[in-house]
Formats: sequence, structure tokens, C-alpha cells
Amino acid sequence: MIRVIRAEARKLRRRSLLLSTFATVGGLSGLFTTIVYLMINSKSGNSRRGERISALQLSQPDGLVYGFKLVGAFLGIVALCIFASQTAQEYTYGTLRNLLVRQPSRMKILIGKFISMKIYALLIVLFAGGFSIALSYALAGHAKVSTGKWSSHAALVILGQTTLNIFLSTLCFGTLGMILGLLFRSPISAIATGVLWTLILENIISALIANTAKWMPGQNFSNIGEGGSAIASYKYSLLISLLYLAAGSTLVAILFKRRDVAN
Amino acid sequence: MDKLAISSTDLTKKYGERTALSHANFSVPAGTICGFVGPNGSGKTTTIRMLLGLISPTSGTGTVLGENISQPEKYLPKVGAMIEGPAFYPALSGLENLKVLATLGGFPLERAEELIGKVGLGDRGGSKFKTYSLGMKQRLGIAAALLPNPELLVLDEPTNGLDPSGIQEVRELIRDLANKGTTVFVSSHLLSELEMISEYLVILREGKVIFSGRTKDLLAGAEPIIVAVPEYEVDLTKLVKLIEDSGHTVALRDGAVHVTSSKEWAPTLNRLAFEAGITLASISTVQQTLEETFFEMTEDQA
Repeated sequence: MIRVIRAEARKLRRRSLLLSTFATVGGLSGLFTTIVYLMINSKSGNSRRGERISALQLSQPDGLVYGFKLVGAFLGIVALCIFASQTAQEYTYGTLRNLLVRQPSRMKILIGKFISMKIYALLIVLFAGGFSIALSYALAGHAKVSTGKWSSHAALVILGQTTLNIFLSTLCFGTLGMILGLLFRSPISAIATGVLWTLILENIISALIANTAKWMPGQNFSNIGEGGSAIASYKYSLLISLLYLAAGSTLVAILFKRRDVAN
Repeated sequence: MDKLAISSTDLTKKYGERTALSHANFSVPAGTICGFVGPNGSGKTTTIRMLLGLISPTSGTGTVLGENISQPEKYLPKVGAMIEGPAFYPALSGLENLKVLATLGGFPLERAEELIGKVGLGDRGGSKFKTYSLGMKQRLGIAAALLPNPELLVLDEPTNGLDPSGIQEVRELIRDLANKGTTVFVSSHLLSELEMISEYLVILREGKVIFSGRTKDLLAGAEPIIVAVPEYEVDLTKLVKLIEDSGHTVALRDGAVHVTSSKEWAPTLNRLAFEAGITLASISTVQQTLEETFFEMTEDQA
């Protein structure tokens, strides 16, 4: 198993993928955090859907992770795209046959791939968090936000919880990407379906039919990152997400184990 | 009986109604070079994939290096394979691609560096795979197949895209490996190449094994060919009809008639042509090549 993880890590650490991923994550993290602080007095708001977050709110222990939470919702989409493409590309490039000749246990390939991408997702989350927090400190003075409470015990607990929640949320989106990659065996189809469903179709369905949001996988994944919301509790979203992903993973694991590798 | 590297018993693969391979029975003795030939779509790649555990047989069974093909994990660590062309990650360098496979297989990374040099990619090992020519991709595929220092090497069309010197290098490499005891199971459309190196042959046609055995036995069993060239090209059609009327199989190739017959019939042909007013510029008897035998076997039964 460790050999599969190390082999996958070799692929994931290629310069072009690393640069594009971390530039995207850094860019998003920087953008959202900057908006919160630089548009603090803007009438059009400095957060989601025109919401206004004041300097007083940002001065609280949870103010430290505000920008991080905003970018957290998008890290899932980044993970979905990476997990889907890294999985489906084995079919489109025809490289799966090489992998299976060198490691005939298909389950080891699948689990090893998942673990290595999980580590990659963790790095993305830590980088986004670290960058957002550093930027928050840098911009706090300009926005007249007091940082005194950011180093309190309460702030550290919130930081730990938020990092864990965003990581779990990112992992859920990534796992969905992997499931779609194995199902469609094409990066473009897997990414398009995943992004279209979670970003557009779920929102349309939720807006048209009452009480459906809490059943939507993407909404629940995002809700985990938020630490729960009015739509559903944190525990509920965790449970529903786990059920969806367990069912999807079981299905694709069976398919992956049994399907002929004919391309 | 010789120790077998590969054996298959009634190996069959069906995709719905279509039968890709039907009751294939053949064996490959260990330490030999065995050519695997057949027209496109005859089931070669399907067979190779079943032997490597990539697809499951519908029925029948087989063994590779003494292990059942239903348990590929028992023999694949000792098998190197290049199936249906080289497939690698375009954004990684050739060397990095090899290192991915070396890591996965638990081989030392130095082996990847050594093989890059061995297949002649030393100076381009650091270039991205997507920048490689077809010949370079092929060389990388061969290097990947050699990673485990294999007891059995399975190569599917290894000379595709290679220039004549590259083809010669692959031929020498295969011979060298066989001399060291590696069994080489190689499919190729270059039948003249296979004739030169293969001691054994397995021939497929429409999913069925139509020959499995020693190459020399196949060629010895084939009737020789009388090649006759008329002085005037206009006489070719007349000559073909004359031969057909005498009950022989004839083919027209490159301005000459090729008659499948014993060499004793050559004087008769000469006399018949003379009596019909056709002067022959040349007449000779040649032993059939593998290519000619292959065409005869695969076309006659089609």
C-alpha cells in the first residue's frame, strides 16, 4: 500500500500541477480575505451575498478564520476537479494497465490513490488557511481590526475546528470527484458533471422545491465546512455526506474491481 | 516436457454476442522467443490482457510462470509487459514516468535511470513524455517492461514507430534477453522480424488459434512457391489462367506469378507456357517465408 501512495505522490507533486493548484488556492484565499478587510466599510458589503462584517466582529476570536471560511467553500471544488482528473486520467491515458501490471491488487491501487489525494487535500487546506491568516494579520491594521483575541485559547480552538471542518468538507468534495472519475472514466465528463451538479443544479433544485437543500450532497458537504447552518446541523450533514459517499464509493469500488481494463 | 512460461486451455473471451477469443489452446516453453501473430482484430491483445489479469476470461483457463491467471499477483512481479503501445503521463518526464512504475513495483529508482540509458533515451530522460516521438515513446515502453528484470517479457508491437536501426536494436535486445533465460512473447506485424528471432509461433485468426508450435515446423510444412516472370507483361493474365486451369493456386505479386506447388512442377509450367506462346524471362523455386505462409493460412480460411 505504501508503494502505491508513494507512486501517486510522484504524480501529484509534478511542478505544473503543484503550481496551478497552489496558485489557484492562494489566489482564492488572498482574494476573499482581502475583500473582507479592504471592503470593511463598503455599502455593498464585504462578505457573501452583500453581508457586512464589521471590524468589531472581526476582532472576536472567530474573526481570525473568517477569510479562511469563505475560501473553504471553494477548496472543495478544487479538490473535486483534482481527484476526478487524477482518477479518470488513468483511463484516458491508458496508464491504468501499467499500474495494474505492477500492482495487481485493484483495491490497493484505489485506496492508495485515495490516501495520497487525501494528503494532497490536507496540504491545500493548510496552505489556504495559513495564507488567509497571514493576510488577515497583515490587513487587520488597515481595517482597524484588533487582533488581541486572535491569539487566545478560544481562537486556537476555533482555528482547529475550522481547519478540521474545511478539511472534511474538501475531502467530501474530493471523494465525490473520485467517484465520478471512476464512474465516467473521463476527466472532462467527471469534472463537468460534478461542478454542474454541486454549483448549479443543486441550487436550482433547492430554490424550486422546498426542504430539498438538506438532502443535497453538495449542500451538505459545504455545510460541514461551515460547521453547520440553519439548513442542517453539523452532525446531520456529516451523517448524510457519509451515507452518500459510502454508497458511491462501494458502487465504484465494485465496478473498479470487476471491470475489464480494455483500453 | 519443457517447462512452460505460458499455457492456455480453452481460453475464451466474449463481449456480448461477439467472441474475441474462442477456445484458445497454446503453450510457450520457458526461455524461448515466441512470436504471436494474427491480423488486426484476431484477438491478440485480448489474449495478452487476459494473461496479465487485466480482463477476465469468459471461460477456460491459463497459467503464466506456473501460476493460474486468476491470481496475477503471484506472477506479475516477474513479468514485464508493454501492451498496445506505450501509455504514460504526458506531463511527466520519461524518467519520472519510469520512477512512478519503479516505486509502485518496489524496484530501486536507480533501475529506472539505468534502463533509460539502456534504451537510448539517456539524454532525453528529463524531457516530458508528451514531447517524445513515437519511436522514443516506444523505447520508454520497452524500458518500463524491463523494470522488473523479467522472467517473462510480453511485448505487443514493440517495433511500432521505430526506424530500421531501432528495430535492429529491439531485435538484439530480445535475443540478448532470451540468451539470459527470459521468455519473450512478442506480437508484431513485421513477420520477417519474427521469422528471424522466433523459435515458436502462435498464430490467431478470427479469435482462434490456427497454429501453435515451432517456427521451423510451420515453414517446413509449407509448400514451396514457384515464381515465374513472363518476358512480356501482357502475358501475365494469360499465364495466371493457364496455371489456374491446371489446378494450382496462383497469386500475382509485383509483376510475377507465385504458384504454390512442389518444385517438380516448375519444368511442367515452363513447357505449358512455351506451348501457349509465352516466353518466361525467369522461373525459380523459393521456400515460403513466414509472411507468405501467414497470408496463405489467414486468407485461405477467411
